[in-house]
Amino acid sequence: MDFQALVVIMMSAVLVNNYVLRQFLGICPFLGVSKELKNSVGMSLAIIFVMMLASAVTWPIQRFLLDPHGMGFMQIVVFILIIAVLVQFIEIVLKRYVPALYKALGVFLPLMTTNCAILAVVIVNINEGFTFIEALTNAFGAGLGFLLAMVMFSGIRAYTENADPPESFKGLPMALISAAILSMSFFGFTGVAENLFS
Amino acid sequence: MNKMSKLSIFTKGIVKENPVLVLILGICPVLAVSTQATNAVGLGLATTFVLLGANIVISLLRNVIPTKVRIPCYIVLISGLVALVQMIVEAYAFELHLALGIFLPLIACNCVIFARAEIFANKNTVGNSIIDALGIGLGFTLAILAIASIREAFGAGTLFGFDLPGLSYVNIPILTLAPGGFIVFGCLIALVNKISKGTAIKKKEFGCDNCPSALVCGKGGAK
Repeated sequence: MDFQALVVIMMSAVLVNNYVLRQFLGICPFLGVSKELKNSVGMSLAIIFVMMLASAVTWPIQRFLLDPHGMGFMQIVVFILIIAVLVQFIEIVLKRYVPALYKALGVFLPLMTTNCAILAVVIVNINEGFTFIEALTNAFGAGLGFLLAMVMFSGIRAYTENADPPESFKGLPMALISAAILSMSFFGFTGVAENLFS
Repeated sequence: MNKMSKLSIFTKGIVKENPVLVLILGICPVLAVSTQATNAVGLGLATTFVLLGANIVISLLRNVIPTKVRIPCYIVLISGLVALVQMIVEAYAFELHLALGIFLPLIACNCVIFARAEIFANKNTVGNSIIDALGIGLGFTLAILAIASIREAFGAGTLFGFDLPGLSYVNIPILTLAPGGFIVFGCLIALVNKISKGTAIKKKEFGCDNCPSALVCGKGGAK
């Protein structure tokens, strides 16, 4: 196991190829839930949780079930169903055994089924040919990058909500343009991950 | 619903209920793919195809599918159609397959398709559902094409890959990058706000509570 490779995958997922700000994945929760810091942290933690679990389940299924039987074309159908079932299952288990965690994440769990960031992570894991540990690292990094973007953006929105832009820019357009500025700042990280150890 | 004329079903998807610019649905692929007009049309057509297929089958089976399990049914049906589209695009339009990348399989997560299945195809005849799918699909394609044209023309000085005279030397490269997507989309929403005098978007604050797909993703259904 190459530790350096894992760090590169992680940094790349968090900073360089940030899922929200560089790849436009998971924009709906990014814009919809980022008004309050508490909600954005809860949503991001739920995303990290589901992303890692989904990666841990879909990777063996693709490698040991779909690939050997030449059923790679079923990938989308199988993965979406797995994510949908997994989310329901997590919800039931948390509600029954870990009520404290359910209270914090429960509201956000159903939203995961149609979240494109989750499906993107599991498909990228397969397309990039990651090993199992690399896939988990990539999922954790993607979720962490989401948390970073959400926390920063909710901080920005706390200010822009009180700002006084032109009438037609109020609300969503204002949020989108501040997201653009935040996204620009992430260009500063270009090339950081690849050259980390060289 | 029955009194609605065929023409109004078709046009409402393009103007009054434009999925991208008015309802703000399914914007992840719109922002990501709208760097080139050609890719934008490709994604628009692929999405329209899935939407059409889903609307036809769901409206045909609307009396067969039990209400309680309708959402898993939609999920299986839509992802199956997406797998089909993915294979067709990979076989016959490989360039487009490379350009769209991860966003082709992600059509399966597009909430526009879920929203139409839940709101329209579930309750209407096949004919009306086909018209609705074509209208919404055309509205989606036109909106993404508009964003892509602005980004490609002012960002790279080309349109559909052809050089635009006069814009080749004064382009703004940032528009073709990630921040440009947010800026152009933000300005277009502001323009829609201006034209509709705020009635289009302001009456519903953006968020999950008023998202038409909240029922589909489970948040609305959980209540």
